[in-house]
Amino acid sequence: MGLLQLFSKKTFPHGIHPPEYKDETSRKKTIRLAFAPEIVLPLSQHIGAPAIPIVHKGQFVERGELIAEPAENALSVPIHASVSGTVKDIELMPSAKGPKVKSIIITTSPSSPQIPLTGGPQDYLSMDSTQIISAVKETGLVGLGGAGFPSYAKMMVPKERNIHTVVINGCECEPFLTTDHRVMLEKVDAMMTGINIAIKAVNADKAIIGIENNKREVMDVIRDRLPDDNLISVEAVETKYPQGAEKMLVKSLLGVEIPSRGLPSEIGLAIFNVATMAEMGSLLPNRQGLIERIITVTGDELERPGNYIVPIGTPLKYILDFAGFTGAEAELILGGPMMGLPVSSLETPVTKGTGAVLVLDKRATKRDDIQPCIKCSMCLQACPINLNPSELGQLAAKRRYDVMEKDYHLNDCFECGCCSYVCPSNIPLVQYFRIAKALNRERHIQNG
Amino acid sequence: MAKPSPKIDIRTSPYIRKAPTVAEIMRNVVYALMPIAVYGVYQFGLSALLLMITTTLSCALTEQLFCTLSGKKSTVSDFSAVISGLMLSMSLPPGFPLWMAAVAGFTAIAMGKTLFGGIGFNVFNPALVGRAFVQAAFPVSITTWTPAFAEGRFSELIPSTLAIPFMKPLPTEAWSMTVAPDGYTGATPLSLMKYQNIFTDSEQLLLGMTNGAVGESSAILILLCGGYLVYRKMLDWRIPAAVITGTVLTASVFYLIDPTDYPSPLFMVLAGGLMFASIFMASDMVASPVTPLGIFIFGLLVGFLTVIIRLFGGLTESIMYAILFGNAATPLIESYTQPKIYGTRKKGGK
Repeated sequence: MGLLQLFSKKTFPHGIHPPEYKDETSRKKTIRLAFAPEIVLPLSQHIGAPAIPIVHKGQFVERGELIAEPAENALSVPIHASVSGTVKDIELMPSAKGPKVKSIIITTSPSSPQIPLTGGPQDYLSMDSTQIISAVKETGLVGLGGAGFPSYAKMMVPKERNIHTVVINGCECEPFLTTDHRVMLEKVDAMMTGINIAIKAVNADKAIIGIENNKREVMDVIRDRLPDDNLISVEAVETKYPQGAEKMLVKSLLGVEIPSRGLPSEIGLAIFNVATMAEMGSLLPNRQGLIERIITVTGDELERPGNYIVPIGTPLKYILDFAGFTGAEAELILGGPMMGLPVSSLETPVTKGTGAVLVLDKRATKRDDIQPCIKCSMCLQACPINLNPSELGQLAAKRRYDVMEKDYHLNDCFECGCCSYVCPSNIPLVQYFRIAKALNRERHIQNG
Repeated sequence: MAKPSPKIDIRTSPYIRKAPTVAEIMRNVVYALMPIAVYGVYQFGLSALLLMITTTLSCALTEQLFCTLSGKKSTVSDFSAVISGLMLSMSLPPGFPLWMAAVAGFTAIAMGKTLFGGIGFNVFNPALVGRAFVQAAFPVSITTWTPAFAEGRFSELIPSTLAIPFMKPLPTEAWSMTVAPDGYTGATPLSLMKYQNIFTDSEQLLLGMTNGAVGESSAILILLCGGYLVYRKMLDWRIPAAVITGTVLTASVFYLIDPTDYPSPLFMVLAGGLMFASIFMASDMVASPVTPLGIFIFGLLVGFLTVIIRLFGGLTESIMYAILFGNAATPLIESYTQPKIYGTRKKGGK
C-alpha cells in the first residue's frame, strides 16, 4: 500500500483489527431456508413499545398478514406473520434480550403455498415525505444492522433540522458476518430503490454509501448500478472494527462527529444500514410487511455454514439443525463475536435485528484468569470514543458507578468491546460497564 | 423434548480476545533484556553475571515470600519480579557487592511492589525503589565504578563483589589501575563531564565502549532491544520518545547558552542510564500515566529533571530520581489530562 493511500484512507482514530473470519461464507450465495414447523414472533423486536396483537388463538393467518399493530402514540412498529398457519398461542417465550417476552406462536400450515400477501403496488415517487414515512411504518421495518430502531422514526426529523446527507452503512465490521456483504451483491437494485426512498423521505441532497475497503468487488458492483443523477455515491473506508458503528462511519466519511448523547440529525445526517435499504426498496413499492431477513450462520462445528434467507421467528434449533450443527459444547451467539448476544435457549427465535447466528467452540472463547490492571493504556488506544476504560474499570471494581457516569463519560460507551478485546490482563471491561450502566439506571429510577 | 439440548455457556460479548497476556508481555521484556545482559557480562565479566543472578533471585524469592505470607497464589510466574531484578542489576555498578544487591532486590519488591498490593498497584517502578534504597544506604559502593573490558574479567571477580555483609568492601582503585585496558580508571562519562568537563565521544557512547552501570553502556543495543518490544507492540514508544525529547530540549537550552561549559544534547541522551531508563524503566506501565497527553507530560518532566539534576545537583546520574518523581506525579498528571471524548468537541467543524 502506498504512503499516499495510507494518508488519504478514510477512517476514524483508534479501534482494533480483529481477524475477519469471513472467507467461510462471504462467497456463498444466500439460500432460502425451509419453513420451521413452528414460528415464534416476539411482540418486541424493536426499540420502543411492544406491538399489540390483533389475532387470537386458533386463528388462521396468511404469510405477510398483519398480526400485531404498533402501540399507539409511541415508538412502535407492526408485526407481520412470516408463515401461513394457525396461531397456536400468545405467550412468554425466550428471547435474546434476556427475560422472556410475549410472543405470537404460529404453527406452520404444511399445505399452504406460502405466497406472501401484499397490499398492492404504490409509487413512492408520487408520495410526499409524510406519506412515505407512514408507508415505511406499515412495513414494520427496523434497523437490520442489529439495534432494531424503527426505520420510520429515523425519518421523522424535527422541522428545525435540515438533513443534507443520507449515510448508508455498508460496513460489516464484526468478524464472521457476511450478511450485508451478500445483500449488497445480490439485492443491489432493491437497495438503490430503498436509498432513493430514504432520500425523498428526509428531503436530503445526496446519499453516500460507506463500504469497508475489504469489499472491493462489492464496490464495483454498486458503482455499476449507481443512478445517473449523481445523488448517490460510494466511498471506501478502512477495514477496521467498529467502522460500522454510525458514530465511527460518520467520522470516517465526513470528518464530523455526532454530538455526545445526541442524534445524527443534529448535524444534518440520517443513517441507514444497507440491508434495511434493500428491504425497504423491495417491501415499500409492494406494500408488504417485513417477514424474512438474511442471516449469516457460521462458526465452528457447522457442516453447512452460509448465508440464509430466514423467516423471522424461526427458532435457532431449526436453523442449527439445517446448518448441520455437530458440536456438543459450544457458545451460541446472536450477532457477531464482538457485540453479539448470548443465547440461553435453542427455542430463541431469529428476530428482525438478528444478523447472524454464530457458533463458537468453547476452547476459542475460553478466558484466562483476570489479572490486575497494569495500566498499559492499550484500552485507551483502542476505544473509538476516546474514553479511559482503564480508569473506568478500576472505578467499577471499587463500585464507584456514580463517578464513572459523572466524571468518566460512562454513558457515551456504546459497548463495542474493543477494550475487553485488547486487555492483556483479561479484565472484562465492557462487561463491567454494562453492569455499571444497568445499576445506574436502577438507581436513577429509585431516586426518581 | 426428545434429546437433551447441548450444553450452553452464557457469557456476554466480546467472545474473542487478542493476545498477548500480561505474562507474555513480561516474558518478551525479559527476552529484550537478554542481549543487553549478555553485552554487560561481556563488558564487565563474571561480577556482572553474578550481580544479575543475585538481584533476579532476590526479587523473585521476595515476591514468592510475600505471596506465601499473604496466602495468595504465587505471582512469580508472571515474570514481573524477574524483570525488576534484571533491570535493577543493569542500573548498578558492576562491582557492587552482592549482598548489597540482594538487599536492593528485597527492597525493590518488598517496599516497591508488594507493600502496595503487587503487580498493577505499585506507585513507583520497583527496581528504582530498590536502587534508591541502596543509593541512600551504601552511597560509596553505588558510586564506585570499575573499568570496562578489564583484563581477566572472565576469570576473576572485581574485589568488591564478594564483600562480606556489613563489612567495608575491599577497595577497587588499585585493582582498577592494574586491569584497565588503557590505564583508565573507573570514571564514567557523566562523572568526567561533571568534574573534569570532559565530554566523551558520542560514537563511544553509542557502541558502549565506556564505563558505567552493567546494562547502560551501549545506546545502540538498548535502542535495538527496545525497538523489538515496540515492534511487538509490547512497549509504549511514546514514553521514551517523550523522555528523550524532554532531555534534548532542556539540554539544548544550556548548550545554546554556553557550549563549552555544558554538554551537547546528544551527549546528554547517550550518556549514563538515560537511554536504558527511558526505554525500560520510565515506560513501566503501572507507574506511568495512561492518558495520551499525560504520557507526553510525564516524559518531558522526567527528561527535564534528569538534565537539571545532572548539571546542578550533587549526583552524577539522576534519571532514577527523575523517574521516581515522575511516578509520584503520575496520578496528578492523569487527573488533569483525561482524554476528550468523541462528540464533545466544539461544533462548527462541519
